[in-house]
Amino acid sequence: MFSRIGAAQKGLYNHAVMWSFFHKLGSPPWLYDIAGSILRWLLPVTIMALLVGAVWGLLFTSPDFRQGNSYRIIYIHVPSAVVALAGYYVMAIAGAVSLIWRMKMADVAMKAAAPIGAALTFIALFTGALWGKPTWGTWWEWDARITSMLILLFLYLGVVALYEAFDNKEAAGRACAILSLVGMVNIPIIYKSVDWWYSLHQPASIKFSGESAIDSSMLYPLLLMIGAFYALFTCCLLMNMRAELVQRESRTAWVRKLVKQDGAH
Amino acid sequence: MYFDSLQAALSMEGHGSFVWVAYLITLLIISAILLLPALRRRRLLRRIATELARQESGYATGKGAR
Amino acid sequence: MHPVRRQRLILVLFLVVFSSVAAGLVTYALRGNINLFFPPAEVAAGGAPVGQSIRVGGMVLEDSVQRSQDSLEVSFTLTDYEAQVPVVYAGILPDLFGEGQGAVAAGKLDENGVLQATEVLAKHDENYMPPEVAEALEKSGYDKKGQAR
Repeated sequence: MFSRIGAAQKGLYNHAVMWSFFHKLGSPPWLYDIAGSILRWLLPVTIMALLVGAVWGLLFTSPDFRQGNSYRIIYIHVPSAVVALAGYYVMAIAGAVSLIWRMKMADVAMKAAAPIGAALTFIALFTGALWGKPTWGTWWEWDARITSMLILLFLYLGVVALYEAFDNKEAAGRACAILSLVGMVNIPIIYKSVDWWYSLHQPASIKFSGESAIDSSMLYPLLLMIGAFYALFTCCLLMNMRAELVQRESRTAWVRKLVKQDGAH
Repeated sequence: MYFDSLQAALSMEGHGSFVWVAYLITLLIISAILLLPALRRRRLLRRIATELARQESGYATGKGAR
Repeated sequence: MHPVRRQRLILVLFLVVFSSVAAGLVTYALRGNINLFFPPAEVAAGGAPVGQSIRVGGMVLEDSVQRSQDSLEVSFTLTDYEAQVPVVYAGILPDLFGEGQGAVAAGKLDENGVLQATEVLAKHDENYMPPEVAEALEKSGYDKKGQAR
């Protein structure tokens, strides 16, 4: 009789330990603080990496044997496109979590990811146009890769607009989560578009298996920039989430305490 | 450094305008997505601070009137 | 898992699977239209309409580019190493256009099977390297993938 109660309590305790991390993740003040302490070191590291990578790619690498100097756009074009795609997964998975578990912080993360993804997709399209003109001879072509990237931009902007369109923010979160989940089919299409169809856009240069089609002297600054853009996405996501948390929790005790501390110095 | 002079780096054998415009626009957008959320949080905190101050003074005068 | 959450999870999975199937069917139905261009083999087989605006893409055949002396007119041949399509074009070619390189020409096929192009785009591959490396590879007679030319 007593041992049964003990076992039940132990089970309850393990359960509590397992879920305590998730509960912390769901706690706005904890998330606000931890995001702040991550940003304190990640933000300067990100800005340094972006500057070093950009100067390296712009001024210190050799030009390409065929394209000359126009290929230097690769150091912003490829990283922004790669992270725009990865960011979509962050948004869609956060949307799924908020749909299934009704976790408010997942909703905050989904809403925070959308404008950053839109900005990165825009950078990829804009720099692509500037790269296409001197190499292909056109700013824009309705090619499978380029068109599917444009759809990605509309999906991100759609999530931003849909969220604003609802007065009831809970319903807004659910609608946006569904839109981002449905839009997820676009991501493998973007990845595979250059292999499935005849397109003007060339296939990927960086390969996960086998030798990359880009010389190592050009690959290292590119990898640095890809890492820097991932860090940039993380920074912006955390900053957006912190602002959103302050707004949503403006009437709670922890935000009031925060305001008083902020006013003190 | 690959280029011999600033002039060469700016012109990039005719591709300079494309490359530099791409980098400049990217710089502008990155600055915007880094600064906007920070400014928004600052503004929110300041607004809550003034609201709190008004509430507190409001309570004080309210009590004094009674 | 809580039954309500399991139900929501199934709903989310259904949403993703359903939209993937829908998108898959649409892209399958449009598979021909998503291609930016016809390969020369398909043009030779009669797969491309005559007198309508189309694009043909392939490699520019070596020694096929002929420039007119007194105008911007240029003629060349596109190939996919299975079939060839002759192209006539009057206009400025992109910098990267050259023999042995990829190109996409847009225009209309005439009765003789010649593509009267109104636009020519250069297509480049995914290989990037400094000029010295390209020269060294040229000398050694191997391409970037380590295969003998």
